[in-house]
Amino acid sequence: MQGTRATQSMTVKADVAIIGAGVVGAAIARELARYDLRVVLIEREVEAAFGTSKANSGVVHAGFHSTPGTLKASLCVQGNAMFDDIAGELSVPFRRNGSLMVAMSTDEVGVLREHFEQGRRNGVPGLRLLDADEARKSEPGLAPEVVAALYAPTGGVVCPFQLTFALVENAVANGGAFMAGSPVTSIHLRDGRVAAVETPEAIIETAWVVNAAGLFADRIAAMAGDESFEIRPRKGEEYLLDKRVGSLVRSTVFPVPTAVSKGILVIPTVDGNIMVGPTAEDTRDRLDLTTTRAGFEAVFAAARRMVPSVSPRDIIASFAGLRAACSEDDFIIRPSRVARGLVHVAGIESPGLTAAPAIARMVAEILREEGLKMRARRAFNPVRPAPVRFAHLSRAQQARLVASDPAFGRIVCRCETVTEAEVVDAIRRGARTVDGVKLRTRAGMGRCQGGFCLPRVMKILSRELGIPVEHVTKRGPGSVIAPYPAKALLRESETRSTGGEREVPAGTMAESGARVRAGFRTAPAARG
Amino acid sequence: MESAGRHTHADVVVIGGGPAGLAAAVAARRAGAGRVVIVERDVRLGGILPQCIHAGFGVKWFGEELTGPEYAGRFVKQAADAGAESMLETMVLEITRDLRVVAVSPRDGLVMVECGAIVLAMGCRERPRGALAIPGTRPAGIFTAGTAQRLVNIEGVVLGRRAVILGSGDVGLIMARRLTLEGVKVEAVVEIMSYAGGLARNIQQCLRDFDIPLYLGHTVSRVHGRDRLEGVSVAPVDDRRAPIPDKEWFIPCDTLLLSVGLIPENELSAACGIELDPATGGPIVTDEMETSVPGIFACGNVVHVHDLVDHVTEDGMVAGEAAAAAAAAALASASGAATAGAIAVTTAAAGAMAGAEGGARAKGGAGAGTRTTTMTGTGAGARPAHYSGRAGVPAGEGNGDGTSRISGTRTLGEIRPGSNVRYVVPQRFVQGGERGGGGRTLTISLRPSEPAENVVVEVSAAGKVLRRQRKEKVRPGEMLQVNIDRRTLPSGDGVVTVSIVSR
Repeated sequence: MQGTRATQSMTVKADVAIIGAGVVGAAIARELARYDLRVVLIEREVEAAFGTSKANSGVVHAGFHSTPGTLKASLCVQGNAMFDDIAGELSVPFRRNGSLMVAMSTDEVGVLREHFEQGRRNGVPGLRLLDADEARKSEPGLAPEVVAALYAPTGGVVCPFQLTFALVENAVANGGAFMAGSPVTSIHLRDGRVAAVETPEAIIETAWVVNAAGLFADRIAAMAGDESFEIRPRKGEEYLLDKRVGSLVRSTVFPVPTAVSKGILVIPTVDGNIMVGPTAEDTRDRLDLTTTRAGFEAVFAAARRMVPSVSPRDIIASFAGLRAACSEDDFIIRPSRVARGLVHVAGIESPGLTAAPAIARMVAEILREEGLKMRARRAFNPVRPAPVRFAHLSRAQQARLVASDPAFGRIVCRCETVTEAEVVDAIRRGARTVDGVKLRTRAGMGRCQGGFCLPRVMKILSRELGIPVEHVTKRGPGSVIAPYPAKALLRESETRSTGGEREVPAGTMAESGARVRAGFRTAPAARG
Repeated sequence: MESAGRHTHADVVVIGGGPAGLAAAVAARRAGAGRVVIVERDVRLGGILPQCIHAGFGVKWFGEELTGPEYAGRFVKQAADAGAESMLETMVLEITRDLRVVAVSPRDGLVMVECGAIVLAMGCRERPRGALAIPGTRPAGIFTAGTAQRLVNIEGVVLGRRAVILGSGDVGLIMARRLTLEGVKVEAVVEIMSYAGGLARNIQQCLRDFDIPLYLGHTVSRVHGRDRLEGVSVAPVDDRRAPIPDKEWFIPCDTLLLSVGLIPENELSAACGIELDPATGGPIVTDEMETSVPGIFACGNVVHVHDLVDHVTEDGMVAGEAAAAAAAAALASASGAATAGAIAVTTAAAGAMAGAEGGARAKGGAGAGTRTTTMTGTGAGARPAHYSGRAGVPAGEGNGDGTSRISGTRTLGEIRPGSNVRYVVPQRFVQGGERGGGGRTLTISLRPSEPAENVVVEVSAAGKVLRRQRKEKVRPGEMLQVNIDRRTLPSGDGVVTVSIVSR
């Protein structure tokens, strides 16, 4: 399922190579899988969705934020309308919980009206302006200072990485190839036209390349001699709250937007947590995923203004993501003017997740117009079978499952009630790392944040991937979790020096508990 | 119902096979409970003890110093000898107010157990990094101390070469020594408070004896490293416990352990509507360790985080014995054949057994023939709310006159934390002369809010001081206990307050 894992300088022939397995690249791969094409999806990280797509707010925007006439506006509204079908076909959690933009002062009411008009022009269905009473009636958790709100019933929430994984799986199930852990090192041109894409392990010969490389899209373009745009990352910090706080709000709550972003939101995630964020901070560092004290303070100040019961005491996780914003005001979705056969899908910042299905369709159209021959694949199956979520089943269903496979009886993650069978299934679907298992199964996403499941997940990964437990990583090369077997450091220091360096002889740990104890002054008692 | 899994019955089901659960099972069997089943999620009994390979357990209970595995081993044997059963690798998914336990395991599949009584002994879990929201990156190499302990001591792996430990809780201190012995350089232990969280002896034996610096009033202000941890920034904190940026310095390290608090694990309890105490994070319990749901008892770290396993064992003994009595009462009530008198006899016999086999160690609790419960049968929802949470209110619906021993009522007094007391356990006590007799003592466990010297722990009720106990030093890291003569406890609207006041 995980696709081809290239060996040294393997040559692969493809009709289309897509660079980047974020939600956009994955959606394009799945769209092109509808046609009789050899599609190769290339990803630098060890798993799909490991860039911007995993650190995303997960909001399916209604489309009232974007300026009419832009790609952002039209693709957002189109993409939004496609979500019921795509989430259904791919068995991805999705809910139309509605979006609510709130005015905190009478000055801001004018901004609401502008967005109401803008949304209407963009074709957003069902928009309504609510007065203070109506707003609080629909959302009792709102602050008393809210004076009016704009409600969009088509707003929704989706799990962005589940969507990405599902898109990749469905593309692969329909004949696509997925090459993970494969950073593109060069693009070969012949007579001004793309000829091949090179990674450390493979050369993919292809006449068509889709550049969906997110934060690195400008570097990919430059590899083909195209320097027509620049990626200018904008960081966003998000804070996830414990499920026990319940649904403080039903809709996603937005402030009136700022010049650079939609502002800090209160998001009831599709998984039942409340998430607050994101900040918006320009950065030059494309790897800068740090959270900051300032970001933390900004997020909670803003969120609590709208929904006062949001509290930093309930944080279970925080993270930062980078929006792949660019030097242009709109999405860049166009054929390269320098290298023929190269199509850019760049600058896909918000509402990129919402727009992704519509972007994919647009890219297919561009490829057709540019001359790619596309014949419908008769055997295309749009359905991706749902992974089992033990926790969501009835007791009777659970009993049947465990009877059929005892691995459903072994709970690996206590907070989210994830079974060993689900972890094994996730690995068969492409998980290679602890984070990959976490994002697919939710093992480690609950309030203990992996305290219980980490050793268990590491062992299952080790067993299923056939690697020593010391090679299990958090999210790919360089992120090994427990790098040495027991006593490795002691043996090292033993060979390096002959005593004196440490008070405790190297052999001590090999002895029984009783012997270790003898090494210490005895204590009246120690804690349990 | 076949499709919904296997059904079975037990007199007492103990959830969790750690020291609290093992003690409860032993005590329940000794008190005469028929079928006692320990449900344990791990592959072995003992809870957290098997990974605690250091010594120091059991000094109070056994009068000798044992390692964690040894301490667990003794109780595993006692439980087996007493005839308790266990279900290993079994996770409880749900408990209900009508005393059913739904659990799942690879071997038995989905199991529903109907119980006479339930003992919660799920222990506690560690506060993770997320809860602290430390700024910086999210690399590999950050572990809670207990998870690290499991990885090192059970799974046999080493986590890195240079470590910093945030928080001076006992697990962190123990791991500072353990990592050092494994060849890891422990650069520092960093504690945000102005005093250490762990026991004083652990500071000496785990840090000072190994020259590991302890920075009080400091915190990790930033985490560095993209894929694997590369270091942490450490800074002193101001009055608001915020790091002072210009005093920050960098410590290179590839491992960060967090020992920043333990949280009683009460997901199951909360889901079935058991009333929790925000101060402890555990259920509100009576002096018999009964929760707000009749027939459900709790003991050990699920009630509040203990310092010493010996105290956990004591709790477990009280809860197990009381659970056995509740199960016997429920059984008699359900059969309809037994009279209140017969129950009293059964309980008396059980109590005598417990007394003979070590019940003397248990504090007060369900003594022979003294128990009155609120058991009203086994039907779903048939049990009345057993106490209202307010002091002095006759609990239970029953016949409401306080006379019936089975379906009837008892009145609960309340124990409240006073000045410089963070919490007290138990928070309720059963009032009434008949059960308080025999000069038995009521033991109250408490933790101070702030460290203090030359103080008195004062227990008072209705303006009267019941007991004063002098203490040289009190610290939040060390649990205190104070004993009260039950005969001095107030009746009627009884509220007992425990305070720490200066001498």
